[in-house]
Amino acid sequence: MANTDKKDIHTISFLVANKPGVLVRVALAFAKRGFNIDSLVVSPTTNAKFSRMTITAQGSPETLEQIIKQTSKLIDVIRAEEHSEKETIHRELALIKLKHTPSTKPIILKQAEKFKAKLISEEESFLIIEHLGTTAQLDELEAILKKYNVVELVRSGKLVIAKGRDST
Amino acid sequence: MTDKQKKQITGSEVLIKCLENQEVEYAFGIPGGVLIPIFDKLVNSKIKFILTRHEQGAIHMADGYARVTGKPGVAIATSGPGATNLVTGIMTAHMDSIPIVIITGQVVTPLLGKDAFQEADIIGITMPIVKHSYLVKNVNDIPRIIKEAFYIASTGRPGPVLVDIPKDVSTDIFAADMDQEMDIPGYKVPAKGDKKDIERMAGILKGSKKPLLLVGHGSVISSAEKEVKALAEKLRAPVVSTLLGKGGFPESHDLSLGMLGMHGTAYANKALINCDLILSIGSRWDDRINGNTEEFCIGAKKLHIDIDEAEIGKIVKADSYVVGDAKLVLRDLIKLIEPLDTSEWLKECEYYKKQFPLKYDNSKGLTIPYIIDEIYHLTKGKAIVCTDVGQNQMWSAQFYKIDDGKDWYSSGGAGTMGCGFPAAVGAQFGRPKDIVVAICGDGGFQMTIQELSTMAIHKLPVKVFVMDNKYLGMVRQWQELFFDNRLSGVDLLGNPDFVKVAEGYGIKGININDVKHARARIKEALDYKGPVLIHCEVHKEYNVFPMIPAGKSAFHMMIDPPKAKK
Ligand SMILES: Cc1ncc(C[n+]2csc(CCOP(=O)(O)OP(=O)(O)O)c2C)c(N)n1
Ligand SMILES: [Mg+2]
Repeated sequence: MANTDKKDIHTISFLVANKPGVLVRVALAFAKRGFNIDSLVVSPTTNAKFSRMTITAQGSPETLEQIIKQTSKLIDVIRAEEHSEKETIHRELALIKLKHTPSTKPIILKQAEKFKAKLISEEESFLIIEHLGTTAQLDELEAILKKYNVVELVRSGKLVIAKGRDST
Repeated sequence: MTDKQKKQITGSEVLIKCLENQEVEYAFGIPGGVLIPIFDKLVNSKIKFILTRHEQGAIHMADGYARVTGKPGVAIATSGPGATNLVTGIMTAHMDSIPIVIITGQVVTPLLGKDAFQEADIIGITMPIVKHSYLVKNVNDIPRIIKEAFYIASTGRPGPVLVDIPKDVSTDIFAADMDQEMDIPGYKVPAKGDKKDIERMAGILKGSKKPLLLVGHGSVISSAEKEVKALAEKLRAPVVSTLLGKGGFPESHDLSLGMLGMHGTAYANKALINCDLILSIGSRWDDRINGNTEEFCIGAKKLHIDIDEAEIGKIVKADSYVVGDAKLVLRDLIKLIEPLDTSEWLKECEYYKKQFPLKYDNSKGLTIPYIIDEIYHLTKGKAIVCTDVGQNQMWSAQFYKIDDGKDWYSSGGAGTMGCGFPAAVGAQFGRPKDIVVAICGDGGFQMTIQELSTMAIHKLPVKVFVMDNKYLGMVRQWQELFFDNRLSGVDLLGNPDFVKVAEGYGIKGININDVKHARARIKEALDYKGPVLIHCEVHKEYNVFPMIPAGKSAFHMMIDPPKAKK
């Protein structure tokens, strides 16, 4: 906390060789520079030789630049790039489990509907809401629902893909 | 395989063949259970295996070999403790960008991750200190992996690459082609610099009246000696070097100001303070030359050439930079520059040289710098010098002028005590015809003293100078200067009679304990044709100056010992 760096949230997309250990190597570069990873998604690509890692993290732009350089240097990293929200489509998925009472259920569903979130499970007094949207939208609904006894919350982490001709 | 009757070969045999294809001359190490199949195939190989007495000795030998030959070194160790014994040496090589390929044995694949006997996750343990590493899971991958390992270790910014081979992989039958392509799409090796970047740099250089070239290890690794010299002479610019940049520009040259930094020459540091432009060629502006970035070369333009883009802007924000191989970048840069009028500036530097020369004083007893100065003159500056760490190292850097970067070994980034002597052994293997001098402290030498065996068995004529000040001298110096001389944990009481130790290994021992006989004994040692250890009993409390305290800029340099010395 004594860090005086200006902290911004950054989204970095890595195209990496699909090999054991590559996640550790990338994570080490973040840890070494004291960068905290907020979310991380590893997923396959159209080519089985490569995987995609999408990482969001907080820190100063200077430190981020260093991390991108350090990770780009890794043999198993093909490409590492920061993506601004403007040039990309970004999405995140949240699954929110709430314990409802007869009086809160309609309110919860109404709020969910406003965000185009869906009720996907209902067992005993537990509801699960699925919310797909931008990180900001997810944050917003989450803040609202927190008042209604959220018992568990799982988020996928941010996914980004470059628009148009650009590659991610 | 079906039509032709092929002899079945195992992973071990393939591995050795691949190492031979890489023209490996020597492999340094110690065997163990999981390595026996590999060692079996070494029996009929061209590769000479050098059995060391500790794996740390092996990895430092590979390091010394690599630095003085420019070829990758090879070290081999068994699973578990054998592999972990390498760790200090791997880190030493990593910090100094040294190409080493490390082969470690591993437990059989079905037992991986199950705490098998002598299992260590050496890939995990070394991940932060290697350039790359491989766990070989399929015998058929061996040719590709070994090819990649050598390529990665020795190109771009070099570094250690570890290959971990489970025992069952080394005994499996190989069923693929030996000739395999590399598959490393994420690995790029910068070569020539960007044309526009070089033009910009040349433009900035034009405006300088007081330019200074800062030669780092990158110059030496790139073998850019000729180009650095051409640049300095064309610009008429003085040159300073880092500890590992020694020899990147001949230190006997008129334009050389020697080493800068914490224990650099006063004139190098004065030039640093007063230059109006500094061009780093393969140095990473580290904290031993730049204790305080805020006060570093204030107002001077900073230019940076480095093959590793991650070094650009890491410490110092450069006014202009070029990413590329030093030699190639300089070739292009030299074409674009004009000689500068630096006569005033050179006069100023000359004045610093005259005013603040390096010095030592034997009036209170034999000193280490004097011995090194004698070694320098007696070897006419032609020896390969391998230092250990501490005061002995700093005096070596000050007093042994190096004209070719491949003649110098010192642990810069890591400052690893105990590396110097085994590195000298490795260097002598690599350059058998040259004079190799090891300069060690009494503390550091005792960390890898067991390699006297290796030196004796192979009759390597290394001249091992053990500077016995009976202290962990460099730490004692800091305690004296910054902690009121309250000595704590630095007394090496109980040092052995090093001459007897040498003789115990069948090595010639020579003792030097006074100024009067020093030169003759040093000469005797240097003229001796076999392995020799020179036990130098020196003034116990002599300190290295100049000195810039840690974390401070060159403005705070102490050229001489503080007056109020107790
Ligand atoms: C492996 C290791 N342990 C500890 C240190 C910290 N250290 C730096 S210099 C030094 C003293 C070295 O003493 P010696 O080898 O006798 O050399 P001298 O300074 O006396 O020439 C120590 C302990 C180190 N650099 N490396
Ligand atoms: Mg000592």
